[in-house]
Amino acid sequence: MSLVGFEVEVDRSESGLETEEMTLNMGPQHPSTHGVLRFVVKADGEVMRQAIPDVGYLHRSIEKISEKVGYHGFMPYTDRVDYVAAMFCNQGWGMVSERLGGIEVPKRGEYCRVIAAELNRISSHLLSVGTMVLDIGAITPFFHAFREREKINDLLEELCGARLTYNYMRIGGVAWDLPPGYAGKVLAFLEQFEPMLEEYDSLVTSNKIYVGRCAHVAAISAEQAIDYNLVGPNLRASGVRYDVRRDQPYSVYPELEFDVPVGIGMVGTVGDSFDRYWVRLQEIRESIRILRQCFRQIPDGPVIAKVPRKFKPPAGDAYVRVESGRGDMGWYAVSDGSEFPYRCRVRTGSFAAMAIVDNISRGLMLADLVTVIASLDIVAPEVDR
Amino acid sequence: MDAVSIHGRLQGRFGESVSSVDNDAMSPFAVVEAGAIRDICRWLRDDEDLRFDCLSNESGVDYKDEGYIEVVYHLFSYAQRHALVLKVRTPRDAAVVPSVEMVWRAANWMEREIYDLLGVHFTDHSDLRRLLMPEDWVGHPLRKDFVEPEEYHGINTSRESLLR
Amino acid sequence: MKELLDGWIAQGVFGSLPVDLVYLIGLLAAGVVVVFGFVLNVAGVTTFVERRVWARIQSRVGPNRVGPQGILQWLADGVKLLMKEETIPYAADARLFKLAPYVVVLGFIAAFVAIPFSSALIAADLNLGLLYITSVTSLVVVGILMAGWASNNKWSLIGGIRAAAQIVSYEIPAALTIFSVVLITGTFSTQSIIQQQGWAPWSWYIFHSPFTFVGFFVLFTALLAEGNRTPFDLPEAESELVAGFVTEYSGARYLFFFLVEWGNLYVISAVLVTLFLGGWQFPVVGGLGDRPVALNALQLLTFVGKSYFGVIVIMWIRATLPRIRVDQLMTTCWKYLVPISFVNFMGTALWVAVWPDGNRVVTAAMTVLGFALVGYFLSRVVFHLRRSGARLTFSPLS
Repeated sequence: MSLVGFEVEVDRSESGLETEEMTLNMGPQHPSTHGVLRFVVKADGEVMRQAIPDVGYLHRSIEKISEKVGYHGFMPYTDRVDYVAAMFCNQGWGMVSERLGGIEVPKRGEYCRVIAAELNRISSHLLSVGTMVLDIGAITPFFHAFREREKINDLLEELCGARLTYNYMRIGGVAWDLPPGYAGKVLAFLEQFEPMLEEYDSLVTSNKIYVGRCAHVAAISAEQAIDYNLVGPNLRASGVRYDVRRDQPYSVYPELEFDVPVGIGMVGTVGDSFDRYWVRLQEIRESIRILRQCFRQIPDGPVIAKVPRKFKPPAGDAYVRVESGRGDMGWYAVSDGSEFPYRCRVRTGSFAAMAIVDNISRGLMLADLVTVIASLDIVAPEVDR
Repeated sequence: MDAVSIHGRLQGRFGESVSSVDNDAMSPFAVVEAGAIRDICRWLRDDEDLRFDCLSNESGVDYKDEGYIEVVYHLFSYAQRHALVLKVRTPRDAAVVPSVEMVWRAANWMEREIYDLLGVHFTDHSDLRRLLMPEDWVGHPLRKDFVEPEEYHGINTSRESLLR
Repeated sequence: MKELLDGWIAQGVFGSLPVDLVYLIGLLAAGVVVVFGFVLNVAGVTTFVERRVWARIQSRVGPNRVGPQGILQWLADGVKLLMKEETIPYAADARLFKLAPYVVVLGFIAAFVAIPFSSALIAADLNLGLLYITSVTSLVVVGILMAGWASNNKWSLIGGIRAAAQIVSYEIPAALTIFSVVLITGTFSTQSIIQQQGWAPWSWYIFHSPFTFVGFFVLFTALLAEGNRTPFDLPEAESELVAGFVTEYSGARYLFFFLVEWGNLYVISAVLVTLFLGGWQFPVVGGLGDRPVALNALQLLTFVGKSYFGVIVIMWIRATLPRIRVDQLMTTCWKYLVPISFVNFMGTALWVAVWPDGNRVVTAAMTVLGFALVGYFLSRVVFHLRRSGARLTFSPLS
């Protein structure tokens, strides 16, 4: 770990006093960076002049691995691209392979995908919101959020056997149908979970100290957000009402009704950390709505289309966008006609969020850096792949 | 606007820089000259009807057999809600492409990653250094002819085969 | 205690030892008994109680394996920490690094000298008792700064400096509020302050006048900041500074910092109870006046019970609230608490000048207000419990 590129400037002012900026290393091991991230912070006392991110600690060359393991074999690897919201990564890879190969997923398969994905979205947002509050100092809402997340993990374990890296979807659909009685269990969970959001609101959202820590911190304007390619809740918090599920719909989202919450500067400026937190909380409610509709509308039928074992899509390339927990995830795959992808590229929401941290943290205090990272919901595996 | 009309406008304005347009592929794209990419992108961003204000993705693809590296730009417009795919080809052994960082700030890190993993040099980039690999890494891992070094800082990188 | 020793010397228990030596041995013995018998145990048990209280608030159980219901957990933690290797960073200032924990512990334990546990149980009834407590607990700041600096670690340094700024700033509202109570009593001595209050709530100083009522909350906030407790726990903000000024400490030295943090809760509570909540006052009914041992025991129970209740409230606050930022902390102190304490001070001075014996009507009104607030709080608790439909179990075993 070196300081190449992070040199310290010594500032000699006219009065003859030598002041030095303190170079701090918020190192790869740190209780509050979400994953293995490193920031070199140049601080003047408590005020930061620059927070330069140093990424790459979690680089596993997943994109290169795709060229070796083939289309089907790559599905478990996609879980690890963002292990907090793994269903979306599965869905993205499935969709891009299906686009290349011209495969159509049966209706029931699509509904199973959406059910799994929306459950995963709730658990991903719960994790994001819970850890944000934990980083700011309140320890109890974190436990409440994770308690609910445990219940979702149990539901998803019943569905596909795994609690974190699901590998549930396949090219052409999903691996297994919903187990018997699943609808009842999920709906019972949603019944019990929805009042918890009000509890969360009263414990966190209206907490004066929490609002004081988050309001007006690192406000990102809509133009800046679009320029830096921020996506997902980060973009919506800045006021841009864009959601891939509604504006470039895929899967069965055209048949589902839901709203797209947008940041309105409820307690501070539009696009500040509080708005990013608040948008995620509202998106949980929308996911609950979607889940209820899915269980009402799900048809019978097969859950997976017939895809040959040696899947050889024709040569060409495809770019597919999936609305993941962290925003729109772009999957770009190039096929050369063989059963191994020629190139697979994932463009994730946290990548751009990491890039913007340096820009928006100038002049903030050290404690705010933690708030900013947590509110942008950066997970390290997405940045490094 | 759909891809065909956008391609038409692009050819109308920058005809000599557009090498080819493929409207029948799975996702229609236009191949443009590397030298003109920055002006094209700036025009695409500022034009009233097109307004491509977002660089959704920038990837590099190494076509070893054809001898070039292709940089693919996926553009998107939040204002007009349409998308465009541009491709730039640059020879493998001297991969130089003008940077579009001054058009969209999102290109900053994406171009750093392409430089790091594929070895494409972007001119006029503000801070072109390795992003994911360590600073002292030699080679560009995502290239098709990349051979993993035997050791890194004294650590052996090869492993005994598990297949006995 | 001096009388006890004199009695034994007169009886010839100590033979021909010089009197001063006997006094010295007596002092050391008393110190050992108090420190090992009470202070360290309180600090240790508080860590266990805190973890169980948090767990209940967070819908989980907490440590319940070591000993019946996990009561011995703190002993296990203490033994573990003692057995760990005590590392010193290579470039750290070794002498200061090793000295810092002792300074901190000194500041903490010395405060127990003037804390009145009952009418007879006080190590030394100094006539400057409260002033002594506030000065001696400031030694903790010195120790924290030493720890932060000597660690040769920028994060520890930031933690240490934050702690120094915080504690020094919050001394002012704390001291001003203490002085406004002293204005009423006319003495710094902790025993006298308690003796001037009574056992009944309306005779406590908290309800004496609106100024002291507000002063109670000001002092509570300021003492929370002095003790580095959430919402003011920036110096050891876990999610920002790894562990703040104790980052480089391990083993027994870490145990000392740990103990002081939790033991300080008790000191904070004890000061609040002494000043505002009537201390050890217990109604002398029946034949208690003739049985000093029984009376003292009941008074001890009252004092410890009241201060421990304060400790649990502080833990409750830590489990609920997030922490505030440095600039917000300074704003709270200098722009809000200091002016309020000045107003309290002058108001109390005027009050004492106009009504030297207190104003019964206002005191009664404040008492009613106090009880109404408690009643309102309980009604909200009941409302939320009913609304959430939670299944309640009051048994700690389930």
